[in-house]
Amino acid sequence: MPEIVPPAPRGKDGRAPDVLRPGGWVPMRQYRDNDEVDFAIVGTGAGGGTLAARLAEAGFSVVAFDAGPWFRPLEEFASDELEQTKLYWTDNRIVAGDNPIELGHNNSGKAVGGSTVHFAMVALRFRPEWFKARTKLGYGADWPVSWQEMWRYYDEVEDALKIAGPVRFPWGPPRRRYPYRPHEVNAAGLVLAHGAEKLGIKWCPTPLATVSAPRGLSPPCVYRGFCVIGCSTNAKQSALVVWIPRALAAGAEIRDLAMVGRIELGPNGLVAGVHYHREGEWRFQRAKNVVVAGYAIETPRLLLNSACPQFPDGLANSNGLVGKYFMVQSNDAVWGTMDEEIRWYKGPPSLALTEHWNYTDTGKDFFGGYAYMSQGPLPIEFARTLASGRGLWGQALRDAMSNYIHMAGLKICGEVLPREHNRVELADATDEYGLRTARVVFGYCDNDNRLRRHAVLFMRDALAAAGARDIWESESTAHLNGSCRMGEDPATSVVNADGRSWDIPNLWVCDGSLFPTVGGVNPSLTIQALACRTADRIKAMAARGELDRPAASPARTAARAVEWS
Amino acid sequence: MTERNRFPGYSTLAKHDTPSWNAQTRAVVDKRLNDPPPRRFFTEEEWSVLVAICARIILQPTQRDPNVPIAPFIDQKMAENRGDGFQQAGLPGMQQEWRRGLSAIDTEARLRFGAAFVDLPAGRQDDVLHMVQDGDVCAPAWADLPAQQFFKGRLLIDIVTMYYAHPQAWDEIGFGGPASPRGYVRMGFDRYDPWEAVEHA
Repeated sequence: MPEIVPPAPRGKDGRAPDVLRPGGWVPMRQYRDNDEVDFAIVGTGAGGGTLAARLAEAGFSVVAFDAGPWFRPLEEFASDELEQTKLYWTDNRIVAGDNPIELGHNNSGKAVGGSTVHFAMVALRFRPEWFKARTKLGYGADWPVSWQEMWRYYDEVEDALKIAGPVRFPWGPPRRRYPYRPHEVNAAGLVLAHGAEKLGIKWCPTPLATVSAPRGLSPPCVYRGFCVIGCSTNAKQSALVVWIPRALAAGAEIRDLAMVGRIELGPNGLVAGVHYHREGEWRFQRAKNVVVAGYAIETPRLLLNSACPQFPDGLANSNGLVGKYFMVQSNDAVWGTMDEEIRWYKGPPSLALTEHWNYTDTGKDFFGGYAYMSQGPLPIEFARTLASGRGLWGQALRDAMSNYIHMAGLKICGEVLPREHNRVELADATDEYGLRTARVVFGYCDNDNRLRRHAVLFMRDALAAAGARDIWESESTAHLNGSCRMGEDPATSVVNADGRSWDIPNLWVCDGSLFPTVGGVNPSLTIQALACRTADRIKAMAARGELDRPAASPARTAARAVEWS
Repeated sequence: MTERNRFPGYSTLAKHDTPSWNAQTRAVVDKRLNDPPPRRFFTEEEWSVLVAICARIILQPTQRDPNVPIAPFIDQKMAENRGDGFQQAGLPGMQQEWRRGLSAIDTEARLRFGAAFVDLPAGRQDDVLHMVQDGDVCAPAWADLPAQQFFKGRLLIDIVTMYYAHPQAWDEIGFGGPASPRGYVRMGFDRYDPWEAVEHA
């Protein structure tokens, strides 16, 4: 296929692409492999990109690696669904379990900036009670951080991304207004609004990470509607255009097209750096700390692939929990035909939403919650939904596609419960680098299915109330979370609240893998908030000289103090 | 099949040299239109079955000449082994699924109707495809390739993907097509910009 892809690494020779100026370059500090940098970060998306910027700004020496290329959106992103599959992580992975999930287009990125390059930009906070889901709501697990602390970091990230959202957000504790005004709600979003109002629930314009007014070299969103295949104007506030430039300006080095294959454990029981493949050869970067930020499949895969004599089951995996409690979010949808022209291809795909069923606990026969949002799939995505969801082909497919500009849809971001059985493990097959590939096992539990059924029935009513006819359903999943979960107890978690491994004190995780529960909202804002918190914690610990000591836990501080003395 | 055109006169390609299409989009779509890839992966026999299947999955208007090519792009995807990012446990992988699936469909046609798939009339071809879709199959090859899973997860997905990547497919559903740097202004019910398709009742 004709592809506009960088053939070779661009972050080298003391410079990096200036993604905000056609053909532009910015200077980039570079480290030698032999330099023992403070932090080697694996992945440059919502977790790694954010952390690289915040740690570099705190004065640490940082090298961040990404397996994907460093795109220039202004010159290389086409308005074309096929071409833009170049943004996805399409290396083969085996999917198994009772409900094998699809991977690639809507949950796996392979580019500097990670999945934020093609995310839908929905920027929602967790409901406060979710951080204590076990204690307050009776399911899942508690997070080892408080909602009040997270709220401060949500403030920071919303400002860093200049989130465009409503003056008053209808749910949750009072909060300040969003930095930028909300986007105009398109007809697809107004269908959601009408349905919600008929059923007596609140809705609002979706808080989005695409600017509604100029910001530096980012122009306001022009509603071209290709957001989930990459923004060609840089209105989208992805890690690629927000955190990576900040990281570079603060002295971090970003290495694109650099696949990290193994983390090296030194004889002292600490990690010593990362083995990475770039420009045809394996190299080794020394580092005082390694942060894994490859998202909830690649992160456990790298830890498992880094098994060594001291950790034969994989790094940070002495309790066997690396890869376990993997979660997606249910992404069931209802679709219907409107008399009016909707033309949902215009504007960001989800311009309106309701969190009613995230914040309401009555009338549910399940734990957890869901948001639902208006939809705007491009033709290929919609045709695939019709084909795989309804099995349409021939005349039936033609007839269904002929209603394209009259379609409206509602889709959930639904919570699934964390279950040990759902997991990421190593497959027998190897990839182009000779590294064992991932096998992803997933199945819904009864609670998940009750939530999905509740959502579909409710959304059917909402869509009908808004005037839709010929309503039908589809199912899918979105997002990847859990698999290296954080906690307060080394027996039931992989890392502590700072993302720091219980087993190896200079090994960290910083991405969606950390989530003990997944909530009913898109995860990117929470991943970035956690990364900002981790950066502040690292800064504070470094100032107190605590980075050289193991992570403290209430459960085993006493035992470990002896071990490490 | 003749079909009423709901968007007469509308052409996304007519916007090729307007602000709706940037240079990179032109390059990508021009290549797709002017330079369809040659057959590299499928054998001639497999190819003829694939072409016949595509013609039944996507009914193209008879007034259109030539038809939108679909098979060349599926062949290209297989030749370059460009997966979608996942493989179902127990299935042999994209390339083998297509090879075995085409062969099994042809065998199914011979077992059920006594003729090669390509030699069956359209209605009979549809019958075979419905049998595969419903898992009502008897060809031995399906033992290693669940028919329903292949039909829904591989055959349909790849064919509709390649068809709806073509500007003619965009035109017939009234899609705005490429839109960068110029996006859209009018977003409400029944509103459209001058560079969008006008629907005729």
